[in-house]
Amino acid sequence: MNAYEQYIAFMTLVRKEIRRYLRIWTQTLLPSAITMSLYYLIFGNLIGSRIGEMGGRSYMEFVVPGLIMMAIVTNSYSNVVSSFFGAKFNNSVEELLVSPVPNYIILWGYIIGGVSRGILVAVIVTSVSLFFTSLDIYNLLIVVAVVTLTSILFALCGFINAVYANSFDDISIVPTFVLTPLTYLGGVFYSLDLLPEFWANVSRANPLVYVVNAFRYGVLGVSDVNIAFAFAMIGGFTVIAYAYCMHLLRTGKRLRS
Amino acid sequence: MTPALSITGLEKTYGNGFQALKGIDLEVAQGEFFALLGPNGAGKSTTIGIISSLVAKTAGKVSVHGIDIDEDFPGAKKFLGIVPQEFNFNVFEKVEDILVQQAGFYGIPLKTARERTDHFLDRLGLAEKRNVTARMLSGGMKRRLMIARALIHQPKLLILDEPTAGVDIEMRRSMYDFLREINAAGTTIILTTHYLEEAEALCRNMAIINHGKIVTNTSIRELLRDLTKESFVLDCLAPLPELISVTDFNVIKRDEHTIEVQIEKGQDLAQAFDGLREQGVKVLSMRNESNRLEQVFVNVLEQNA
Repeated sequence: MNAYEQYIAFMTLVRKEIRRYLRIWTQTLLPSAITMSLYYLIFGNLIGSRIGEMGGRSYMEFVVPGLIMMAIVTNSYSNVVSSFFGAKFNNSVEELLVSPVPNYIILWGYIIGGVSRGILVAVIVTSVSLFFTSLDIYNLLIVVAVVTLTSILFALCGFINAVYANSFDDISIVPTFVLTPLTYLGGVFYSLDLLPEFWANVSRANPLVYVVNAFRYGVLGVSDVNIAFAFAMIGGFTVIAYAYCMHLLRTGKRLRS
Repeated sequence: MTPALSITGLEKTYGNGFQALKGIDLEVAQGEFFALLGPNGAGKSTTIGIISSLVAKTAGKVSVHGIDIDEDFPGAKKFLGIVPQEFNFNVFEKVEDILVQQAGFYGIPLKTARERTDHFLDRLGLAEKRNVTARMLSGGMKRRLMIARALIHQPKLLILDEPTAGVDIEMRRSMYDFLREINAAGTTIILTTHYLEEAEALCRNMAIINHGKIVTNTSIRELLRDLTKESFVLDCLAPLPELISVTDFNVIKRDEHTIEVQIEKGQDLAQAFDGLREQGVKVLSMRNESNRLEQVFVNVLEQNA
């Protein structure tokens, strides 16, 4: 395929992915808006007003960036895992596999599908947050970079999960038992400074800590970790996940016999 | 002329050690309407899977229109349209979207994709269903949707894996007409089917695959010529006499109005009719006891069991 044909194939896949999650918006976009509204109301407003300051900011201000990032992580991941596993489950993935579309176009098509949903949900939950607090962006470039890199990373993780999944149960195991605990323990609701040194160090092994803190730095200028190191970690994980996804596609593992 | 499909020494051993293909050699010329026959589990779908890249081969060479799949699989895929045995589209998508998307995966611009979609939906009788989600289609319509999808990028080689399974007779006949038409227009077609009358009606040449090996590869006419014995069932006008026999022919009385006549290769059927006429038997109609190709097929499989 020449470059123009590859572009057409890529746009076809992206359109297909976006159309999919917009068609079922009550399952893909609405839940995050409702869940985050409840988080803002309960943790930020009701409980947060009694907590006082954290990281030098009001608790509501502190918690909002983490919650936005939580929505991005969850949505970019679940978009790819459910879409690609669904295609595997009903064999429609063969439409792609028998066509001349290069592997990297297939991967990027799914990534952009996940990233676009992650960003769309981020816009929605950020808009909802404005009913509860005001947000002054500290560094827009960092915000954009973190959102982009993080949604790419978790879209890739969703792809890996989808390739290995054998049933719909398998695509909910990782979000339920890995992603959600890591997110909650990733400093969304608290600063690492509150933890004893040992547990703070343990927390630093959690990749979600870097994602949440890098984003919080972009929004508030506050972070528990070194921002350059956070970017290096997110970038490093993204490169590894991308290379592994390409390996899965190249070898056809669990996709071809 | 470069063959549409060339397969040399193709082998496939699955991870569990099962050897599905044991060195297949096959060549299908451009413009052919070719039948690939074989019992269940013989290796037909594995062969198609390898050609379409869904199955990785263990050894051997496959070329589509002269393009080696090991050297340029994407290039080879452009020549290839596949209609698999199982439905493999997203049943929650609209019929039109399935076709336009597939065109996109082959790098076809949206405007052209829409024009071709209109054309194939119209030709395959699905125009009224364009905005219907695929799960609402009948089994026959789903088969036609898969044919339309396989043709959307105008492949030169179309491979159909049991395309008429579960399709009613009327629909099947219109599908035959359509396939004959695109074959006449230059598309090479390879058909696998369990309906041997279908292969006999549509194809010129055929190969029979059994236990992962090609056991016969010839023209259907040649194959039928090898048929050494045929049985004909004759429906007669009046009740038949108690004893009936014709010199040199094996005649079996089935009931009061039906007899079976077995004819060896080289015998003249007219002689059998003469013999029956002498005994006052008037024949109303005649048919083959079973499909002739079916007899050959069974013979070949028994010889290579």
